[in-house]
Amino acid sequence: MRLLFGSCFTLLIAAALGLGATWFTLTRGVAFGALTIGAWKAWPKSGSPDIDPYARAMVARTGELPTGMGDGVAFYARTDDAGNAFDGRCTFRIAGMTPTARYWTVTLYTPEGRLVANTIDRHSFTSEEIVRDNDGRFTITVAPLARPGNWLPTGGIEQFVLVWRLYDTAIGVATRTTKEGPMPAIARKGC
Amino acid sequence: MVRGLLWILAAVLLGGIVHLSTVLAMPQAAKQDAYSRLAQLTPVNAMVPLAATKAGAEIMPFMDPAFAAAVCRYDLSGGPLKLIAPVSQAYTSVTFYTRRSIAFYAINDRAAGRRTIELDLMTAAQHAQVPEDEDVTAADRLIIESPTPMGLIVLRALAPEPGLMPMARQALAAATCQIQSQ
Repeated sequence: MRLLFGSCFTLLIAAALGLGATWFTLTRGVAFGALTIGAWKAWPKSGSPDIDPYARAMVARTGELPTGMGDGVAFYARTDDAGNAFDGRCTFRIAGMTPTARYWTVTLYTPEGRLVANTIDRHSFTSEEIVRDNDGRFTITVAPLARPGNWLPTGGIEQFVLVWRLYDTAIGVATRTTKEGPMPAIARKGC
Repeated sequence: MVRGLLWILAAVLLGGIVHLSTVLAMPQAAKQDAYSRLAQLTPVNAMVPLAATKAGAEIMPFMDPAFAAAVCRYDLSGGPLKLIAPVSQAYTSVTFYTRRSIAFYAINDRAAGRRTIELDLMTAAQHAQVPEDEDVTAADRLIIESPTPMGLIVLRALAPEPGLMPMARQALAAATCQIQSQ
């Protein structure tokens, strides 16, 4: 009797622990070997056959196709440099340098990877269309309401994700230091 | 007391096994992975342009809206596949994915080094059957081995600004992927 009770208890706990851990890792996006530059994180290996099992499972669950290693690399940011989570009701300013790449794009998504509907049909900027100052620098303002210059609308959603994709770049698995790949700084400018 | 701890230890160990096996089984079990989504929209062994990435009409999550994309959902059981893709003015890339969304090969227009990207996709068994002299004479022939008989070829062309999207889409429209009869 005690054996039966014990094994039932064990199996229940095991199932709860195991499935809970799987759900947690796949919804929170736990993946190993991230290349972190400031608030930006990339997983260059996810675009190759060396993709780790957690990233494989996550990609299969969400239905996305990772950026291939010979194509480019995608950096994800969910917070600013100070660790404040991206809130679409706040204003964030992105400025600084980008690593060498033939082209780049920066896109705003919902946490599920969907675009956010807005009146000006603006979801991203490419390196070609962004408005720069005389020194070639740029500033992007991510905000719910219209701003002058490079305005990326948030649509006022609670949480958003920014993805910075570098195409035809040397940044990848071998990149170790932030010196090789300076990524733009992100700062919150009020809510 | 000791017996209780043993039960808990067993539960944690078993939980770890459950966790690892579910993570490993996820790619096989997923019903909404990229291949399944595209299977409803695309025929086999033909290059099909995808609808523009718009809010509320995304085919897959985290697609780059600055790109026009076309997909060839391939099945190599009938023979090797030939991909011909003219490059657009800005930036064009080809990425090969297995049935389980693993990007096993990617190349861009500059690496391909020509006005047209031409690739032969085949399984390891089909590659072994390619006559050796043919392999040598066609030195510029790029052969890619697919780890799985089925998968996806995704062709992407960048529109550096929204006004250039028709140009990018036009470049993709001329791309083909066809089974080569053996």
